[in-house]
Amino acid sequence: MTLLIQTLIQGISLGSIYALIALGYTMVYGIAKMLNFAHGDIIMVGAYTIYSTIALAHFPGWLGVLSAVVFCGVLGVVIEFLAYKPLRGAPSLNVLITAIGVSYLLQNIALLIFEGKQKAMPLGDFDFPDLKVGNTGITVTGEVIFTITLTVVLMIALTLFINKTKMGKAMRAVSEDKDAARLMGINVNRTISVTFAIGSILAAFASLCYGMSYAYIKPTTGSMPGIKAFTAAVFGGIGSIPGAMLGGFVIGILEKLSSAYISTQFTDAIVFGVLIVMLVVRPTGLLGKKIREKV
Amino acid sequence: MKKFLSRINRRDALTLLVLVGIFAFFFIMLETGAASNQFKNMIIPMSYYILLAISLNLMVGVLGELSLGHAGFMSVGAYTGCFLSVMLVEKFPELPMYVYLPVAMLCGGLMAALFGVLIGIPALRVKGDYLAIVTLAFCEIIKTVIINLEFLGGAIGFDTDSIVPDRNKALTLLPYAAFAVIVSAILIMNLVRSKHGRAIMAVRDNRIAAEACGINVNFYKVAVFGIAAFFAGIAGVLYGHNDVLLKSANFDFNMSIEILVMVVLGGMGSNMLGSVIAAVVMTALPEMLRDFSDYRMLIYSVMLIVIMLFTSAPALAGIRERLSLGFIKESLQKKMAKKAEKKKAGKEEEK
Repeated sequence: MTLLIQTLIQGISLGSIYALIALGYTMVYGIAKMLNFAHGDIIMVGAYTIYSTIALAHFPGWLGVLSAVVFCGVLGVVIEFLAYKPLRGAPSLNVLITAIGVSYLLQNIALLIFEGKQKAMPLGDFDFPDLKVGNTGITVTGEVIFTITLTVVLMIALTLFINKTKMGKAMRAVSEDKDAARLMGINVNRTISVTFAIGSILAAFASLCYGMSYAYIKPTTGSMPGIKAFTAAVFGGIGSIPGAMLGGFVIGILEKLSSAYISTQFTDAIVFGVLIVMLVVRPTGLLGKKIREKV
Repeated sequence: MKKFLSRINRRDALTLLVLVGIFAFFFIMLETGAASNQFKNMIIPMSYYILLAISLNLMVGVLGELSLGHAGFMSVGAYTGCFLSVMLVEKFPELPMYVYLPVAMLCGGLMAALFGVLIGIPALRVKGDYLAIVTLAFCEIIKTVIINLEFLGGAIGFDTDSIVPDRNKALTLLPYAAFAVIVSAILIMNLVRSKHGRAIMAVRDNRIAAEACGINVNFYKVAVFGIAAFFAGIAGVLYGHNDVLLKSANFDFNMSIEILVMVVLGGMGSNMLGSVIAAVVMTALPEMLRDFSDYRMLIYSVMLIVIMLFTSAPALAGIRERLSLGFIKESLQKKMAKKAEKKKAGKEEEK
């Protein structure tokens, strides 16, 4: 029982990292109708920004996180402007390949600057005390509490932003119908830029949480969580924001449960197997919109 | 023979000619010893990448379904074929290569095709990006399962050094590679041009209309998965025989993406020539950039982005048109026509 609860909590913690990344995938997909494969590498960039500000420039921890958030947000907008905006209206596969090119580019720039050797994340400022729950023997580590709290706060903020602000309304309108939104006087290009900025900022926070639980980073750090988060976004129904949150948690919990109870080696196979079964049963994900075919 | 020739149209003939030219060039370079070591190491990879690109184009360009798991089929073929080769060489050390390598290729291809069909069936229910993620998931599952199979070497890798004892692997394997690639290309191009090929393209262009015309959509989707996987499997066998150690971790998402990049760059659709050229260029490019050492992959990625922007940005459509072969041909024809007219006018004046 203790093991089960412990595993579930760890799963929620891992799942919240996935959910934060998956939100970026799903928001961009909903609005720009493209799979942004470079999104996973934004986490890596965020992690290296934190590393440089804290370990190399000796700034305090909060400033490291702040600079990562700002840098990733700006980077997301710049990438969108340089690589994706010229391709608006091009076939989606061509945009996908460009995104892959951007992903390679980010990885190789990181490889040139920081070299391939893995670096320890200097997150001493974020050392939180562990929580022991009575005498049940359950311990919740500080970073797990921090990760879950941060994710919940960010998710509430995002939901409020999407539902209550003018910009959020514009985002919903653009994802519903780009041309109609333009006719209503919405600046579609700016809305897309803001979406990329928000997605990248969430990825920067995800990189903080990732760094806390894994402690080491290297230039390819972003790719596996990126793929898992993409899977989570598809699991929940790509384009749906609550779907990405749910999908992230489900994939995270599934991963931890299968490695605790079944086999650590087969974890990935089990997670992806469940994904396939899920998609066969519900072809557009858990909360995805059903597309009705017109003749 | 006549019937066979009449089935090949000019476009496919050009593709075949280019393929034969490429392999003839490889032979000449190897036989005369003009090939540098770097070039020698590129020959067999180029061959299997051509095959991979053509087979993925069948799936993505002709059937219109995005697959991110081509490396998975390739690994199934590679492991099946190499396992068979290793066994045959162990049991019958006298067995010549022209017996066991084709057998390995066929079996590797068939096993991959079986997996292709197995993946194709659940894939019938999902579409578009969801299908892409299903193929990606299958590829990851195959990778994870192979890593944990002890008799296939596990995480250390599967030793395939013994199957091709010759040190000059490129020269030994080239005839088989050339044969496999050219025959496969003929088969795929003929399939695309046949009744079945038209049915597959009809499914791509409008599934509902195709179904209304009596085309069995499900059959064709699963069949294309199987066929594309078959050829990917053959390419995998070539890969395995060219390598000394098969590592399951190499057949990952990035490899599938590499093949997809070739297909998209070469141009998706029923014309396979683009895939062939893109496969050769994209295999050679990272090698040719080796002089830049550290900056190699950086330049590669920047080039990839720039090429994609140039070839598909709607704003550059005008420039692209002006640079296209068709436009150049047309403007030349116009110039010729003008000259001829002037000549005519001049002659008439003389009269």
